[in-house]
Amino acid sequence: MNLHEYQAKSLFRDFGLPVSKSEIIFSESDIDGAVSNLNVKKFVVKAQVHAGGRGKAGGVILSESIKEIREFCSKWLGKNMVTYQTDSKGQPVSCILLEECTDIERELYLGLVIDRSSKSIAVIASPDGGVDIESVAENSPEKIFKVFLNSSNQIQKEEIKIISDGLELNQSQYIEFSELIKNLIRLFTEKDFSLIEINPLVVNTEGRLNCLDGKINVDSNALYRQEALSKMRDISQEEKLELEASKWGLNYVTLDGSVGCMVNGAGLAMGTMDIIKLYGGFPANFLDVGGAVNRESVTEAFKIIVSDSKVKSILINIFGGIVRCDVVAEGIVSAMQDVGIEIPVVVRLKGNNAEVAKDILEKSRLNIFSELDLSLAAKKVVELSK
Amino acid sequence: MSILINNKTLAICQGFTGSQATLHCSQAIEYGTNIVGGVTPGKAGQVHLDRPVFDKVSQAVEETGADTSLIFVPAPFCKNSINDALDSGIKLIIVITEGIPTLDMLYLKAKADEMDVRIIGPNCPGLITPGEAKLGIMPAEIHSKGKIGIVSRSGTLTYEAVDQTTQTGLGQSSCVGIGGDPIPGSSFIDILEMFEKDTETEGIVMVGEIGGTAEEEAAEFIQEKISKPVVSYIAGVSAPPGKRMGHAGAIISGGKGTAEDKFKALEKAGVRIVKSPAEIGEAILEEIS
Repeated sequence: MNLHEYQAKSLFRDFGLPVSKSEIIFSESDIDGAVSNLNVKKFVVKAQVHAGGRGKAGGVILSESIKEIREFCSKWLGKNMVTYQTDSKGQPVSCILLEECTDIERELYLGLVIDRSSKSIAVIASPDGGVDIESVAENSPEKIFKVFLNSSNQIQKEEIKIISDGLELNQSQYIEFSELIKNLIRLFTEKDFSLIEINPLVVNTEGRLNCLDGKINVDSNALYRQEALSKMRDISQEEKLELEASKWGLNYVTLDGSVGCMVNGAGLAMGTMDIIKLYGGFPANFLDVGGAVNRESVTEAFKIIVSDSKVKSILINIFGGIVRCDVVAEGIVSAMQDVGIEIPVVVRLKGNNAEVAKDILEKSRLNIFSELDLSLAAKKVVELSK
Repeated sequence: MSILINNKTLAICQGFTGSQATLHCSQAIEYGTNIVGGVTPGKAGQVHLDRPVFDKVSQAVEETGADTSLIFVPAPFCKNSINDALDSGIKLIIVITEGIPTLDMLYLKAKADEMDVRIIGPNCPGLITPGEAKLGIMPAEIHSKGKIGIVSRSGTLTYEAVDQTTQTGLGQSSCVGIGGDPIPGSSFIDILEMFEKDTETEGIVMVGEIGGTAEEEAAEFIQEKISKPVVSYIAGVSAPPGKRMGHAGAIISGGKGTAEDKFKALEKAGVRIVKSPAEIGEAILEEIS
C-alpha cells in the first residue's frame, strides 16, 4: 500500500525527522486558513498523487502569491495527473500540500528498502539526489552507497559513517544524520514498511538537513497490525475495476488487448497471457480467480471481463487441483447463462474429471469451445478475437 | 533418492485441526506420507485424523520423533508457529500460508539460517516426492515417480510443468514450490544445488516469474555449478510494466527484473529456455535424451 507525501511527512514528524512546516488543502475553502497558518513569504505547492514525476508534470510550483496558489488548487484538485510513472489516464489529485519553501544548497538521495538478494533492509544513499537518481545509479555507480542492516535491523556506527561520508556531510551534519537514520530505521521497522524514499533529502542554505519529499510503501501483509496506517489508504488512487474484483477475492488488472482471460493462480495467469501473445493475440486483462473456483467467483469474473467492451473472446484456463473440473464446468455454464455471455469462450480445464467437464461444456449449447491442450486453446481464442 | 522428503520423513502439521490442514493432511496420509501428529494450541490431548494433537511443537517432537513440520497456521500467527518449530528441533519447515509480513520472514529466515534449518515457502504449494511423500496442497494424481526435479515460484504453473513431465513419461524425482514472496525461506539456488547432488534427478525444470533477481542469481549458479540439463520458463513476458513508486527497487537490483532480462541471463548460462508454458515437457525430454 502506498502513502501520499503528506502522510509520509506526518510520520516523519512523529518520528523526529526534519521536515518543513506544512498545511494540507483538501478543498479550495482550506486555502486561506492554510496560507495564514504557515505565515511564510514563499511557498512550495505540491499536488498529492501516488506516483513520481510530479515536478515534470507541472504538479509542483514555488509561489509567493496566494492568487497563484488558488489557481494551482483549482487546476489540480479532483483532476487527474499523468506522469511518466502513471498510465495514460493518470492518477487523481487527492489533495495539495502547502509547505514553507526551503532554500536548497545540495540535493541528496536516501532510501530504505527490503532487499531480496541480501535478505535484509538495505540503506541506499547518494550525494547526487533528485529526479535523475536512476541514471546516476546506472552511469556513476560509485556515487551510490549501500549498507545492509544486520538481522536485528540495527545500523552500526561505522555504517552510519560510510553513508554520511558518501553523502559528503560535514561534522555537524553527520551528528544530525546519525539521529535521522536511526529514527528512519525505527519508523521503517515499527510500521512494517517495504520502502521509504527521501528524494531529495536536502542540505539547506543554513547547512541543516531536511526531508523535502517522502515516498512510503507499506507491506500490505502487515496491515492487520498497523491500524493507523490502514486508515491512510486512499482508494481513489486505485483502479475501480481492480478494487471491485478484490472484493470477490479476484486479482484483476486491466490491459489493452481483446482476449479476456480467467485463470487460477497468478503464475499460470501470466503464463496464459504469454501464450496468447505468442500466438499473435493480445490479452485484455490479467485475472486470477484464486484457489476457490466456484459459481459465484466465476460469475463475478465474467461480469468484470465483459465490462470491458474491447473483449472479443475469452479464454478460461483452470488447472483443477483441489476443485474437480466437472464442478468448475457446471459453474462456468451457469455463470454464462446468468451473465448472458454471447462472445465465444474457449475453456481449457485440466486435472480431476476433465473429460466429464468437457462433456458438460459441449452439451451446454452455449458459445463454448472446450479444449484440453493449452497451445490449441490459445490458438483458438486468438483466432476468435480477430 | 529424492530431495527434502521421502517415505522415511516423519512430519507433523501445525494448524492441524483447521479446515485446509484437515483436507490436505488427509490427502497426504492417503498418499502414504508419515504424518505422525499435529499441533493446535489449546487442543492438546485430542485425536484428529487418527493422530495425536499437541499444544506445542516440542511436545509433538518428543512424542513422535518428527523432524519436519507442515504449516497451515493463519498469517498473523505464523511468526510464533515457525519460531516454535525452530526452537523444537524441527529441521524442515514447509509454510503453505500466504500473507506473512515481510519483516517477520526477514527475522525467521535469519534465525533459520543460523540454526541450519530449511524453510520452504511461505505462500507456496509445498513439496512432493512422487510415490513417497506429499507435504502440500498439490493434486497428487498428476505426479509420477521419475527423473525430473521441478522447482517453481508459482503454484498452478508448477502443476503445468508436473503434468507435462508426467505426459512425456519422464516423471518427477521431487517437486518444490518455493513460493512467490519477497523473502522466501529457500531460493532457486538452494534447491538447484540439492537436485544436482540427487542421483535420481537427471534433469531440472525451473519455473520463474517477473520481479526480483532470483532467476538472474540462479542463472549464474547454474553456469558454475549445475551439470544436469535445465529447462526454464519465466512467466510474465506479456505483463505490462507495473505502476511503481520511487527508485530504490531499480537502484538496488541494477535491473528491472523483466522476463526478457531473466530469459537472457538464463540463456547465457546455457539453460534451455521455453517461451510457452505448454512446451516445458517436450523441451526437457529433448534435453535429457
